[in-house]
Amino acid sequence: MPTDLSQLERTPGVAKPDPILVVDNMRKRFGGIVAVDVDHLEIQRGVITALIGPNGAGKTTFFNVLTGFDKPDEGSTVFDGDVINKVRPDVLAKRGMVRTFQLTKALTKLAVIENMKLGAKHQRGEKFLRALLSPMWRPQERSIEERGDALLARFKMDHMRDEYAGSLSGGQRKLLEMSRSLMTDPTLVMLDEPMAGVNPALKQSLLDHVRGLKDEGISVVFVEHDMDVVQGISDWVVVMAEGAIIAEGPPESIAENKQVIDAYLGAHHDTPLDLDAELEGAHGEEEE
Amino acid sequence: MDGFFVFAIDWGFIFDQSVKQAVDINAIVYALAAIGLNVHFGYAGLLNFGQVGFVAMGAYGMGLGITYWQTNPAIAVLIGIIFSVVFALILGLPTLRLRADYLAIVTIAAAEIVRLMARSTALRDITQGAEGLNEFIGPFRDLNPFSPGAEYGFGPFVWSGNRFYTIVIGWTLIALFLLLVWQLMRSPWGRVVKAIREDEDAARALGKSAYWYKLQALILGGVIGGFGGMVMALGNATVQPDFFVAPLTFFFWLVLILGGVGRVWSPVVGAIIFWALITFIQNLGRQLVADGLIPTSIMDTTQVDQIRFWIVGAALALLMVFRPQGIFGSREEMALDAH
Repeated sequence: MPTDLSQLERTPGVAKPDPILVVDNMRKRFGGIVAVDVDHLEIQRGVITALIGPNGAGKTTFFNVLTGFDKPDEGSTVFDGDVINKVRPDVLAKRGMVRTFQLTKALTKLAVIENMKLGAKHQRGEKFLRALLSPMWRPQERSIEERGDALLARFKMDHMRDEYAGSLSGGQRKLLEMSRSLMTDPTLVMLDEPMAGVNPALKQSLLDHVRGLKDEGISVVFVEHDMDVVQGISDWVVVMAEGAIIAEGPPESIAENKQVIDAYLGAHHDTPLDLDAELEGAHGEEEE
Repeated sequence: MDGFFVFAIDWGFIFDQSVKQAVDINAIVYALAAIGLNVHFGYAGLLNFGQVGFVAMGAYGMGLGITYWQTNPAIAVLIGIIFSVVFALILGLPTLRLRADYLAIVTIAAAEIVRLMARSTALRDITQGAEGLNEFIGPFRDLNPFSPGAEYGFGPFVWSGNRFYTIVIGWTLIALFLLLVWQLMRSPWGRVVKAIREDEDAARALGKSAYWYKLQALILGGVIGGFGGMVMALGNATVQPDFFVAPLTFFFWLVLILGGVGRVWSPVVGAIIFWALITFIQNLGRQLVADGLIPTSIMDTTQVDQIRFWIVGAALALLMVFRPQGIFGSREEMALDAH
């Protein structure tokens, strides 16, 4: 039974029934610019949350701060009950929060399957001394490889198994990055613009895979600036503009939200200009 | 004229010398230093422009151990290792959290600092300045199973007992370290290190502490370089600061690139080819000058020693044009970097 969020109040910072991530009073400044200015935000467990906003809204910075790649100037984040403000990204990944990147980071000179195997946690052979003795890590390596192969098959990437990751297309790299992140057994997957630069055919299959994560019980947060993508897939949408959360709600409600439209198109997009006020006014009526 | 040419040049001698130098102590030192660099750059992507500093640390650690603590050779070697590890920590702890270029800048300076400190008057009581350490070889020679008076080898390739002893130790070390690197780089540990070379943030996002693995790789490659310094000290029976000049680092890089970056064998093959080539050109040049085939108005015998580096440089430039991946490197992998 999926969590029903439809009864929640549609105001920024609204409390969720079972939040996996809670952000409080977070500020991140770059010189004089406040890139992130979030008073309170809760991310519900087990659903797909979209983080949208126009270009320059601070989505990626917010994402970097949440995932430990950037440090906030103030504020706190609680992940699964633990404060994670100063926790390094690799430690976060071990605790179950894994992320992907807007500019895909395939490990180009490693084979696709090696990319996958890298993601697995608690590998005995990653310790220097144990690495010296193959019997210490071989059995585990085999089971990791089986998991990697299974995931590759699920993402229909198994035919590329032994190719260099650098030889994959942009869309395939997105798939690889997503499947690789699953090797870490995450509880929360953070996807930074998973659809960016992907052709329409692959976009659909990527969306299906994101839905698949949810079906497995994984919580998903993804950044997107295209509102149409968000409609079909997300359970809850959080809208950022100028660093702050300006709206929250189920996807249907967001498209009609006045503040959101203003943020995307500019606050005065429907104010008539003096010279051709009549014409603009007519357009305004049509939109209503 | 042709007949004269063939007669005047002693090709056999040149060939013998070239082969001999290809396996002699210099080649061993270069090979070990380049194996270390290969761990740094070829696998972990660390730009270390101060490998000679690690070589110096190994040599001085071992030399000082015997000179001042009168300790046994095994402990002296351990001190050489500790010196290399400490040097790696000094370089790595502050810089490995930063972008890759910071390490490069720090290493090139640190290696010079090591040399200048070793020859400084302030530390004269310890390092004995420019004269260096000359009193440490005894305990090692005592362990020499070969007779110092006799000659060892076969055919034209013979060495004195003491030199042969060092060569055997050197090649044994090379074999051990190649085995070590090979095993590590096929293990999950090597996978993490290579992933960090490819993209540090991706590795971190997958739960790997890039900093810790880079530090481990820096230490490992540094210690291997340190063993190069110990072999150098054994072979020369002296440790002098001006052995460890900055250009040596770039010869180690040359050797690595010649063989092919990121391949287990390549540093050794690179070192062999480098020394064979240098010796070949040197001996050929000397004979050509001595026989008057190159008039002294163009070049004299001492100038041959400098010209050989020109020719090696030109040869390397050609290699970069026609085979940029080196002898063992993979062109396919190289092409991936273009993306």
